[in-house]
Parts: sequence; structure tokens; C-alpha cells
Amino acid sequence: MGYTITEKILLAHTDRKSIAPGELIDCRIDLCLGNDITAPIAISEFEKTGIGRVFDNKKIALVPDHFSPAKDIKSAEQLKVLRDFAKKYRIKYYYELGCMGIEHALLPEEGLTMPGDLIIGADSHTCTYGAVGAFSTGVGSTDLAAAYVRGRVWFKVPESIKFVYKGKLRKWVGGKDLILHTIGDIGVDGALYKAMEFTGDAIDRLPMDDRFAMCNMAIEAGGKNGIIAPDAATVKYVKETSKKSKKKWKIYASDKDAVYSQVREYDASKLEPMVSLPPLPSNAKPVSQVKGVRIDQSVIGSCTNGRISDLRIAAKILKGRKVHKDVRCIIFPATQAIYLQAMKEGLIETFVKSGCAVSTPTCGPCLGGHLGILAAGERSIATTNRNFVGRMGHLKSEVYLSNPAVAAASAIKGRIAHPEEVI
Amino acid sequence: MILKGKAWKFGDDINTDEIIPAKYLVTVDPGELGANCMDGIMPGFSKRVTAEDIIVAGKNFGCGSSREHAPIAIKGCGISCVIAESFARIFFRNSINIGLPIFECAEAAKAITEGDEVEVDASTGLIRNLTKDQVYKAKPMPEFMQELIGAGGLMKWVVKKK
Repeated sequence: MGYTITEKILLAHTDRKSIAPGELIDCRIDLCLGNDITAPIAISEFEKTGIGRVFDNKKIALVPDHFSPAKDIKSAEQLKVLRDFAKKYRIKYYYELGCMGIEHALLPEEGLTMPGDLIIGADSHTCTYGAVGAFSTGVGSTDLAAAYVRGRVWFKVPESIKFVYKGKLRKWVGGKDLILHTIGDIGVDGALYKAMEFTGDAIDRLPMDDRFAMCNMAIEAGGKNGIIAPDAATVKYVKETSKKSKKKWKIYASDKDAVYSQVREYDASKLEPMVSLPPLPSNAKPVSQVKGVRIDQSVIGSCTNGRISDLRIAAKILKGRKVHKDVRCIIFPATQAIYLQAMKEGLIETFVKSGCAVSTPTCGPCLGGHLGILAAGERSIATTNRNFVGRMGHLKSEVYLSNPAVAAASAIKGRIAHPEEVI
Repeated sequence: MILKGKAWKFGDDINTDEIIPAKYLVTVDPGELGANCMDGIMPGFSKRVTAEDIIVAGKNFGCGSSREHAPIAIKGCGISCVIAESFARIFFRNSINIGLPIFECAEAAKAITEGDEVEVDASTGLIRNLTKDQVYKAKPMPEFMQELIGAGGLMKWVVKKK
């Protein structure tokens, strides 16, 4: 009986000869991540042990991206906890403001997430790195503290669900739409405790940025990890990113006789851009069914859709057009490198001329942090990943999730709009 | 260990933004987090809770963000345990790691109504509804997790193993 790609990576990080779904295993980790919300608890738990040394200062990443630049005194104190810890233990991959980007865009860009790696992060969207063919999953702060000590983590081997996407995607449809549609199909706990393996010819043609967006939202279906087997596009991507990190990689693929708890097939050629209505990512509808819903804000960015191709799409729609007078459109390039690239390509100028505000990289309003919080009764369309009650501000505000093209078109129209309505 | 208290009932897919909204994540203090527990779904919850009360919820409790502040807030406001039809995986890990007792029991999640007096035997997973005179059995914890709980949480286990 064969293994899935997830099972193969897990097995390669244990001292065992075989594994099976449901078994509890102890795994070596290649990288562990914390941010300014989750790492302070981990650091405090770690220091309480009195052990005084981390397992490997080159396998720990600290990214102060959530409330940074510091939004108030309390968050400044938390950011300082990371900074001090990074200095004290000589953490190699600590990213100060100015180098910092949104963690799940930054770490792949820095070449720290490689095919075949086993990565944990005290952030639920750590599942993003499955896009390069790594096993990668979110944990809590205490798990991270234990990893600082042991360099290992316990897992229950998940069953895998195979998702097969067939057909050519329509214009303005991308990875975000595939994943919103999938979550709409299986529900917010449809993949609870399970690995989500994305396959099919539509995935083969999907650019890396779109693959990141898909794996990023595996958690929104309850998934333990999202994963896409590496192919030529992956290798091209990691050849570039590994220049900086000098990290090596190992490519795994699922066996033909691998066992899946479920196989689901989609005709991706029929999909429209999708919009998820509040208060759950699973309330996914084709944009044509939501058109006309008035918006106050459009947020383009986040660990889901703040990458360069997302900004290119948004700029294509916004170029030569104006943001609606009743809408605030805020753009968050996810990293400094993306910001710089967007500047070189003239995208930032396009955004500013259209009447958008462009921010330094940060998680910002995605989690209701800062830089775009909603008042009672306000509504935002956002390329982010969660639309829970009060997620972006007041409990009586609303978030609609979409891809960057729909968010840009909606910013122009002042209501949820299909990109074809403006271009 | 016997846990006994009044039930507070919540629905399906209660997410960690509801349990502790992001605006409160600028502290790691259990008391401060506890004071704002459930602020995203039932503002003022912590003032209405009596120590040892129990949260009873539907499926996928604790979905969303990995913030450990969620189980810390629940513990911090005096809740003795959570019974749910199912738990989201990171919340499940976090609860065990910090020593918040959780019990997966669909039958109890359905039968218990708000205000019922509930008694849980943490060692056996037997849940008694004293108001309705019913008994339910929670899904047993895997042996390894019982070992973690027995050690007093993940970090105590880690230090012991070191």
C-alpha cells in the first residue's frame, strides 16, 4: 500500500519504518515560526523551563508582522519581547521592520520553506508552505515553546483528501476562487484534522502565487495542511529562492496506490470568481450572485493575496480608473521585495493615482489589528482569508472575501462587481 | 478530578476571534484575557460566569486562528472545562498543552441546555447532567495525550523528558 505525499514527508521526519493515519508520531522539524502575537507566550513558556538554549538558532523564524509597525504601547512591548529574544539566542531568521513582510509571503521568498520540509508555525496560516510541497501546519504557542527546546513536535498522522481540479480557468479566476469554491463545497470543518492534497491539470497550470493562496486557506476548511506536489514550476521557484538561503530540497509525490479518505473532482472551467459572504469562508457564491452589495472599504493584500501577481491584477483593473468616492481602498504589498517590485513596475503609482492608500507590509486589518478597522454597519470586500463576525473591526461590521480582481473592481464601483464590469 | 458547574451553550463553528477578538491580543495575562472571554459573541460573558461553569458547544469549536489566548481566556475567566461535539485541531492541541480540560461528546453537546447543572469526571470522561438526570460518555483521550495531561501540560512533560 502506497503513501500520500503528506505521509511520505512525515515519515521522513521520524525514526520509524512506517506510519499510518491515526498514529501519533514524533517528528523532527526543519523550521518553526512565531509572530508578535503568538511568540511572546512561547518565549515566556520557554524561559520558564530554565533550559537556556534553543535547539537550533538557524531553524527558528520570528516575524513581527501582526501589530507592526507597533500600533500602541502594549503591542510595542510584545514586539520588544521578540527582538530581545532574537538577540539573546542569536536567532538567524528574525526580521526587523524594514526587512519584515507578512510571514507566509516572506518565508517562502527568503528560501526558508523548501519542498520536503516539515514546518510548524504558531499561526494558523502556516499551511501556506504546502504550495512548495512541504508539510506545513499551524500550532499554538506552547507547541512552539516545546519546539524551541526539543526541535521536535508530535502529530497525529492525518488522513488525506484528494482534490482534483480539471479544465482551463476562465479569465479573472485564480487559486483564491478554487479554494473558496472548495471550502464552500466541503464546509469550514470539511477537512477537519485532514491533509488536503490539491491536484489536477488546473493545478499544474496554476502559478506559484495562486498555489500559495490555495494552500493558505486549507485551515479554513479545518485542514491540517494543504499540499501541492512539486513540479517544474515549483523547482523553478525554489531554485531562485534558495540562492539566498542555500537550503536544499527533496521532492516527494504521492504513490499511485496511496490511500485517500475521499477524492473530490471539480470542473474548474465552469467557475466564476467567487465571493464568500459573512460570517464564514464557506458561504461562497459566484460573484454574479452577489453583485450590487454596497461596500465601504476594499482591502487588497494579506498572506493570502498580497503577492506580486495579486498586485499586478489589481493594478490592471485600477489603471486609469478612480476608486469610488464612498470607498476606502487599502493596498498591502506582503513583503518589502514585493513592494519594491511593485514600485519598479509602476503599480504603486497606479494605485496612488487611482486613489488607493498603500501601506507598508503588515497583517493590518485582516485580523482587526490596525490600519483599516471597520465601524459598526460598515462592510469591506477583502482579499484576506477570514470573514468571521467582527474580524475586521466592530461586531456589526462585515467582511466579504474575494480575489484581487473582484476587490479592485468593487473598489471602483462602490459595490461588489465582476471585473468585466470595469474592464 | 470532578468538574461541576452551570452550562453555557454555544453553537457550531465558534471561532477564536469570537472567543477572544484580536484587539485583546496585546497581552498574555490570563486574567486580562479572561475578562474579555467570548467578547466576540457574547459581550459581558466573563461577568456572568461563576467559577467552575462549563462551556457546551456544537461542532468545530475553536476554529480559525491559532491564538493560544483563546483557551487561556476561557481558563482565565473561570470556566472549568469545554464539552463540544468536535474541536478544531489547533484549539484541541492548545487546550491540552495549557491544561484546559476538553471533552468531545456529541450526545452531551446536543442534550445539555443552557443553565443545566453538569458534572464531569475528568478521569473517566463521564458527563452527568444533574438537571436532566442523564449520563453521557465522552470520547476517550489517546494514551499519549493522557500522559501530557497527567504531566500537567506540554512544557512540564518536555522538561521531564529532557
